[in-house]
Amino acid sequence: MKLNVYATYVASTVAMLVVWHLLATYVFPSALFSAPLEVLKSLVELVRNGTLVEHIAISLQRILIGFLLGSLLGIPIGLLMGNSAFIRHFLEPYIEFFRFIPPIALITVAVIWFGIGETSKVFLIIYTTIFIVILNTAAGVMRIPANKIRAARCLGASSRQIFFSVAIPATVPYILTGMRIAMGNSFATIVSAEMLGANAGIGTMIWTARMFMQVNEVFVGLLVLGLLGFVTDRLFRLLIFRFAGKYVGASI
Amino acid sequence: MSLVKFRDVEKTFWKDPANSYSAVRGLTLDIEEGEFFCLLGPTGCGKTTVLNLLAGFELPTRGTIELDGRAIVGPGPDRAVVFQGDDSLYDWLTARENVEFGPRMRGKPGKERAELADYYLQLVGLRGQGHKHPHELSGGMKQRTQIARVLANEPKMLLMDEPFGALDAQTRRVMQRELVKIWNTTRKSVLFITHDIDEAIILGTKIGVMRAGPGSDVKAVIRIEGDLGHNRNHPRFAEYYDQVNSLIEDEVNRTLARETQA
Repeated sequence: MKLNVYATYVASTVAMLVVWHLLATYVFPSALFSAPLEVLKSLVELVRNGTLVEHIAISLQRILIGFLLGSLLGIPIGLLMGNSAFIRHFLEPYIEFFRFIPPIALITVAVIWFGIGETSKVFLIIYTTIFIVILNTAAGVMRIPANKIRAARCLGASSRQIFFSVAIPATVPYILTGMRIAMGNSFATIVSAEMLGANAGIGTMIWTARMFMQVNEVFVGLLVLGLLGFVTDRLFRLLIFRFAGKYVGASI
Repeated sequence: MSLVKFRDVEKTFWKDPANSYSAVRGLTLDIEEGEFFCLLGPTGCGKTTVLNLLAGFELPTRGTIELDGRAIVGPGPDRAVVFQGDDSLYDWLTARENVEFGPRMRGKPGKERAELADYYLQLVGLRGQGHKHPHELSGGMKQRTQIARVLANEPKMLLMDEPFGALDAQTRRVMQRELVKIWNTTRKSVLFITHDIDEAIILGTKIGVMRAGPGSDVKAVIRIEGDLGHNRNHPRFAEYYDQVNSLIEDEVNRTLARETQA
């Protein structure tokens, strides 16, 4: 069964490569549409001279720092919002307002404020992460079954103990779901941010390649983004199962 | 003196200022120390409201409720609740950690907690299962965990809200037998909510039959005299059954009539 699934994945990947090759070679033969072999050649070259690894490392570092800071800020705010109607109502207008301003729209402001260095990128990733994490965390707290809280009261737990020993652990699956979505969105943000104002990173690499009509390199960038997104998501899932398995049960 | 005293209790819920519903009205009820009191009634008659009032989850609109001479002002560790569903168990804790939860919250040292957990897991028939998480346990085992969890907290009384209502018939029988055994060991006072006459007679030392809602109260209290051996084939079982059934039949019919009108 399991083997069958993997065989299907491999078959599907091979089929995609074949179709891509045929399209690029016979249907749309053009310098603007790279064939898989040329992309591979370009990929090998970029790995060999070290640029690709450098770009990847910089993008990942920005995402990781912003994502962690955004989560660290978002989780407590979400917990407080889920717990207190006053805090929820107080913060809701901000969250409902800002979550509709996409991070891409803030790139200009971020660059004006923080320059084209790391700070503006991290700021944008925090911005991308925080609202999703807040909303998911708050929703998680509010969806705790009443009987879990009631049972704790009957067992002699204080409000503080209920918050730490029931509300937080019961919310972990929601927090992790929020973080997973935020991680995916962070990729979108970082690429745009790096295209519009940065000296390095995958986004910069794609943008620069475009200016020099290095279509193969553009394709390498896209390929890398797809793979990186997939790998980080799987890694995140793996870490959850490894370290927080008991909180999520079979739900992720 | 009775352990639990309901005196002329009324509980009214308001949907909006003009739209209210009285679940119970004029309810007076006594539960003695060491008694297994089954509260029996048709669906929607306010049985669970009575339990929620005693648990302190709800406060009465009128009247007084006392436990051991003290008015109920909120939930407390002297009254432990076993819920019908399994959503009160903590999924991230093992069965054993669930059982230890109360003692842990109340600051009991680890060694004492472990002893309590050992004892009560064994008592409810979960020896060797303590390492499992709730999602690895069957419905019956989850309810056993809930029972062990409340007993380990050493409450004055147990409040059970149709704890076997969601189990299949076979498991329910087993659990009823187990509960009788556990009760014989601990002799805790119990308020047990059910709509199952059979279950009430098998388990209870007293059965309170409630009227159909709204504004329900206890219509009659029947004492189960002597020991039926918790045996459905006991000749007096049938007598009790008829007696309780005739009391409850009118109430069920009233409930049905109201539902078909609405």
